[in-house]
Amino acid sequence: MSRVVVTVMPRAETLDPQGQAVAGALHQLGFDDLGDVRIGKRIVLEIDGDDPVGQAHAMCDRLLVNRLIEDYEVETA
Amino acid sequence: MTGNPPTVTVVRFPGSLDHDAAVLAAVQTRIVSAALVHHRDTELPAGTIAVVLPGGFSYGDHLRCGAIASRAPIMGAVRRFAAEGGRVLGICNGFQILCEAGLLPGVLRPNRTLSFVCRQVALEVDDAGTGWSGDLPPGARLSIPIKNHDGAWFGDPAEGRVVFRYDETNPTGSHERVAGIANLDGNVLGMMPHPECACDPLVGSDDGRTIFDALVQSAVRAEVA
Repeated sequence: MSRVVVTVMPRAETLDPQGQAVAGALHQLGFDDLGDVRIGKRIVLEIDGDDPVGQAHAMCDRLLVNRLIEDYEVETA
Repeated sequence: MTGNPPTVTVVRFPGSLDHDAAVLAAVQTRIVSAALVHHRDTELPAGTIAVVLPGGFSYGDHLRCGAIASRAPIMGAVRRFAAEGGRVLGICNGFQILCEAGLLPGVLRPNRTLSFVCRQVALEVDDAGTGWSGDLPPGARLSIPIKNHDGAWFGDPAEGRVVFRYDETNPTGSHERVAGIANLDGNVLGMMPHPECACDPLVGSDDGRTIFDALVQSAVRAEVA
């Protein structure tokens, strides 16, 4: 069983209201050096078989990622 | 037409709440019957002349709103029905599901304010040629409520036909004020406002009837043709 980690992030050109809300709160807490905040998600997959990375890419393609608004990276843990 | 009575089929997903029942009540007329189909079913009932994907929070909005429901077994049948020109209406979560299924352009994102917005909104008819707005001309206004958190449509309007836009207040922050968009063929429509919640003057508006009447009329017409 391999552990594959998929990181999904909002695409650079799309508005991330969650990230903006968090950036606002952090500025309020005094983190003046803070620039942009983007919030994504990390999906940890445990996969059997010869090609766990290939399978993870297929899963991203079929369900895990909407390429219209999200980018993703696949890594083995 | 088959021997089965013409039927508007409403898909029930886990998390359709009571929106499926409200849609059933709204489409039940003298000329069509309405039926529920389960998301794990693989075929639409015989006699189906139109399909409605109701609002709600299917699968708890996990992963992305509409994403998991868009891959449910019944969606293969909905996809085939749409490809044959059948009329498919997605309301709120149903709109999100149709976008995730690739049957409509774009995607629904969290509202600009990150708030759940629940209020009556003014809609303007834009493309009146799709048959979804009945006899209303472009610019006509409808009063129908929205109730959503992920209601901001984002995409390229040129990949579809914009049937309804919000007025200038655009409470979701959707791209180009899109409130409802159809595919280029015009037979699949997704809209965030809930016409089934505007079918009785007692609740403040019966403008939603326009959309269900138009759905039934155009579906019956397509069936006869």
